[in-house]
Amino acid sequence: MVFRGSSFGVSLLSFVSLLAIWYLVALWVDSRIFPPPLTVLKVLLESIAQGELQFHIGQTLMRVVTSFVLAMTVGIGIGIVLGISKSLDRFFDSWLTLFLNIPALVTIILCYVWLGLFETAAILAVAINKIPNVIITIREGARALERDYFEMAHSFRLSRTVVLRQIILPQLSPYLMATTRSGLALIWKIVLVVELLGRSNGVGFQLHLFFQLFDIASIFAYTLAFVLVIQVLEYGLLQPIERRISRWRR
Amino acid sequence: MATLMQLQVDIQRKIFLSFEESGQVVALENVRFAADAGEFLCILGPSGCGKTTLLNIITGLDPHFEGAVSLEASIDTGTCGQDAHDSKKKHSRENELRIGFVFQNPRLLPWRTVEENLRLVLSTEQIQSGIIDELLASAELEAFRNTYPSQLSIGMQRRVSLIRAFSIQPDLLVMDEPFVSLDKRMEDKLHQVLLDYWQTRNPSVLFVTHQINEALKLASRLLVFSSRPGTIILDIPVELSYPDRNTPEVFRAFVTKFSEENPGIRQIH
Repeated sequence: MVFRGSSFGVSLLSFVSLLAIWYLVALWVDSRIFPPPLTVLKVLLESIAQGELQFHIGQTLMRVVTSFVLAMTVGIGIGIVLGISKSLDRFFDSWLTLFLNIPALVTIILCYVWLGLFETAAILAVAINKIPNVIITIREGARALERDYFEMAHSFRLSRTVVLRQIILPQLSPYLMATTRSGLALIWKIVLVVELLGRSNGVGFQLHLFFQLFDIASIFAYTLAFVLVIQVLEYGLLQPIERRISRWRR
Repeated sequence: MATLMQLQVDIQRKIFLSFEESGQVVALENVRFAADAGEFLCILGPSGCGKTTLLNIITGLDPHFEGAVSLEASIDTGTCGQDAHDSKKKHSRENELRIGFVFQNPRLLPWRTVEENLRLVLSTEQIQSGIIDELLASAELEAFRNTYPSQLSIGMQRRVSLIRAFSIQPDLLVMDEPFVSLDKRMEDKLHQVLLDYWQTRNPSVLFVTHQINEALKLASRLLVFSSRPGTIILDIPVELSYPDRNTPEVFRAFVTKFSEENPGIRQIH
């Protein structure tokens, strides 16, 4: 193999061939419903120049972050409690099953109907969709918490805050990372739907607009830009955090 | 001599629910003793006689028992609850002694370095007093202050666990077979670290072991437990000076004589 030992080379080749296939398909079909890479790039740059793309991605990211923080905070709290208390877990298990299986669309519609077409409703709808998943993952982690460390904490009279920060959260960290990953992936997709149904800005709103205008090139441009942003979050934020918190593992 | 009673234990019964033996298992029965400030008590008993359970009760980790434990700095009894519901009263934490617990497994937080594990149990003032440096030096662990526990040998982890208990300057040191499965050299060394600490700071010590030699090497007083249900069958001072315990012939002769005079301890092992 020419590229042996060069993972960068392989990645580059893979990327270039993807572009090539895209280009060839675009040549073959009508370019209006499947625009070639260069057209998309042009649209992308135009949109950036107008400041439109940044604005809408910014709006969407804000919703992603807000609902993510909300869902994680509530989900982690409830997850820990259910993981530790068997009786509460038994009681709420059926509730959890119910919420897990409510389609995202239903939650979104109901939130808009009950709370109006406001930001709060949008954020809440996304969070409610994610919370049951967070609970399930964190509950699993909380069930596996090591009793020994709690006894140690008790005999040395460590405060509740210290126990949470130094003993519970580090043990939950693999579960937290898992739920963060799957959370981001899930949440940004739901945010787009929320925007499509009841907001007047954000990537979801824009996509809806382009759909009505039959502007496929813009849809491609927004998708690419957004995927890029999510990748930056993954490599620039999540992976460094993960490396940091798993430093102690041999 | 008017020493303050520090620890009073009066356990009528401690029951475990057992699935294998269909029903209840009495782990401890009629365990009554008091310890003066500065005593080094070794609790000697066969495996499964409830030694660890006893420590968990005394330190308040296990509040479900019949009886009362008092850890007050002054004598204050009369709270003799009959069931687990008034365990709060039985174990009031005000005015309570500071307890340094050395567990059978070191129980260090693996995601914290040696130094961070020590800082965890200390107040800001204690940290500023420089006690961490002092203790790390005494245990020859200075070079490992930024090391994670998993990178240390088990002997070193035990040493960290030991100085963690020392670091809070405990009134009562509670130790649950802290030196099992160490090689002889390391065991001797840690015995010395412990005795040095005890002789300078003079905390009360509760030390659980199932080895008669270890007990006689360390204790100023010995409590021997029967097998289940655990109860005290012998409560006796160890009358051999500490320098003499370091002389092998003298110590060996003492152990032999002690075993002959107290046949109760032969059943252990």
